[in-house]
Amino acid sequence: MNNNPKDGNLDFLNGDEAVAYGARLCRPQVIAVYPITPQTIVVEKISEFVANNEMTCEYIHVESEHSAMCAAMGASLVGARAFTATSSQGLAYMHEMLHYVSGSRFPIVMMNANRTLAAPWNIFGDQRDSLSQRDTGWIQAYVENGQEALDMIIQAYAIAEDDRVYTPVMVNLDGFVNTHTFELVHIPAQEEVDAFLPPFKSRNAVDFHHPRSFCMTASTEWNMEFRYQQQEAMDRARGVIAEVDKGFGDRFGRYYGGMVEEIRCEDAEVVLVGMGSVVGTSRIVVDRLREKGFKVGLVKLRFYRPFPREYFKGLSRRVKAMGVIDRDISFGYEGAVASDIKSALAGAGAVPKVINFIAGIAGRDITKENIEGMYDKLFNFARGKDEKEMQFIGLRW
Amino acid sequence: MVKAKDLTDQEYLYGHKACPGCGLGTIGRLALKILGERTIVALPASCMSTVTTIYPQMNYSVPSLTMAFAGTAALLTGMSAGLKAQGITDAYVLGMAGDGGTADIGLQALSGAVERGDDFIYICYDNEAYMNTGVQRSSLTPIGAHTTNSPAGTASYGKEKAKKNLFEIMIAHRIPYAATASSAYPYDFMNKMEKTKRIKGPKFIHIMCPCPTGWGFASDLTVEIGKLAVETGLWYLAEYENGKVKMNVVPKNLKPVEEYLKKQRRFRHLTAENIQMVQEHRDSEWRLIREKWLSSLKS
Repeated sequence: MNNNPKDGNLDFLNGDEAVAYGARLCRPQVIAVYPITPQTIVVEKISEFVANNEMTCEYIHVESEHSAMCAAMGASLVGARAFTATSSQGLAYMHEMLHYVSGSRFPIVMMNANRTLAAPWNIFGDQRDSLSQRDTGWIQAYVENGQEALDMIIQAYAIAEDDRVYTPVMVNLDGFVNTHTFELVHIPAQEEVDAFLPPFKSRNAVDFHHPRSFCMTASTEWNMEFRYQQQEAMDRARGVIAEVDKGFGDRFGRYYGGMVEEIRCEDAEVVLVGMGSVVGTSRIVVDRLREKGFKVGLVKLRFYRPFPREYFKGLSRRVKAMGVIDRDISFGYEGAVASDIKSALAGAGAVPKVINFIAGIAGRDITKENIEGMYDKLFNFARGKDEKEMQFIGLRW
Repeated sequence: MVKAKDLTDQEYLYGHKACPGCGLGTIGRLALKILGERTIVALPASCMSTVTTIYPQMNYSVPSLTMAFAGTAALLTGMSAGLKAQGITDAYVLGMAGDGGTADIGLQALSGAVERGDDFIYICYDNEAYMNTGVQRSSLTPIGAHTTNSPAGTASYGKEKAKKNLFEIMIAHRIPYAATASSAYPYDFMNKMEKTKRIKGPKFIHIMCPCPTGWGFASDLTVEIGKLAVETGLWYLAEYENGKVKMNVVPKNLKPVEEYLKKQRRFRHLTAENIQMVQEHRDSEWRLIREKWLSSLKS
């Protein structure tokens, strides 16, 4: 890297810090956050930025996550770009407000540090927190590492504030594995981000000359039409996500693939699908197995909502068996991601066999050996051997 | 002092669907006449939002937003911060929430916002129960009141706990300005609203809003009931400013509480003994008021 300030700089950051830098680069005018492990470093880092005049914004020390989202909504209502961050219980606590914000079409961006939900109480990572917010109307992105976290905060605003979308975005990082792991992260130059992300001009803000009511009561005669528009916006978001990824890559040199990234799937017989940090580990396993001649592939699901239904339909025609790693479970059924993928396959004709691997709950490691084992089972399944369609990986018994 | 002839002809809240005789429309209307058109109104789930913001019949001619029940004050915080961040200094953010939305589910957010010193005006219009859901008790329902979930019966005289003192809770925060008011005393209320325009930071007005439907009185008695509440000492008009409490109205002799209670269906079941209990409760509250806030006047 040369000394051209336009190139930004490299720093050794953990995922939370990368998020804080990403947020700073987006120049949010109001930040309302409440601390919760493992998101806390985001709160601390942004506080330092503000205390040292490295960031100009109204920083609100709210007294709860519910209030954090209320305050972010208030800021967005008056036309300010708003940012917040939370995790787990905090996300659950602001659940009601997630619906308010998406239903009123406020393009707020939130970072969520994926952490399991009590009880039993635990501070470590899984994706039960965000996946259980599936139907709140938020766009959900899952990142693999610190660099992607920083980049996705910037992209998230570009997606959320796009006229065709106007829907809030939640950027998810796996608790500790992403939030607390230090990596070399490129911090883009402010001018470059400014050029990519212009100042927020809300079309959904108060105007004293043309007073409107927001978030109002919509009776049965009208309510369904508002919901229909939310669904349409989500459908349009798929294309916008791809556009923003392309635009970001063209400017900053990092392309992520939009809704999904395929890793060595060209001629794959079996593929694994995962979200977040597990993809990083799986990449190594795939390379190792490929060296041994096994036709394995990996799909990194980057967006859970909107869901890439058509992509999975297409993928299903190319492979013999699919494994879906879920760091969550919908008790009484199966993992949420597996359910959605199977639902996408339902109209695809000849459907490959799917195994749902429930793994990495409450911070349990998903090891390379675990992942190799999953590929083994997929090959067995593809060859007609019996396999349970849903199984826990790495259980003590 | 506010004079009627100086009030703007412009209406900022009209065409609402409140019950006949409800004080709520008056409160919103007068508050907005004082604050003017550069005001953003926030309302939680409540009578106020239900009767004024049902799409597509919007009743405000200022920007407004309907809010989650618990979050009014936090929303005001965000609005205030967002305006400040954009350099907009000539607009007011006004929250209007009911007793449940303020003293029960909204109290945490209110306490947080007042502690932070955020710049907003908060009106708690107190009709002394969850009226919008069909008259259930809140922590601001007075002792002895029959509600649909604190019904009077053979084993109960209605609500058995006294009304929470929100005014003193706000004083405990050392808020820049807090006041109590009543829809039956519109000038007192408007003068207090006028003050909120000149004070930075959180401003809180707790205004009694008699409810013909929930309290059980004829719709032409709203003002009379509101005045009786003050004259019997079951409600008082006061202000907290610069660290001091000022009582705006001090009745020379408090009328017997019975005069207030007997006019309302919600107290109809009270026995002489129950009424005596309410009166004793009132007397003990007034002993405290005299000790804390009126002692300097005596000496």
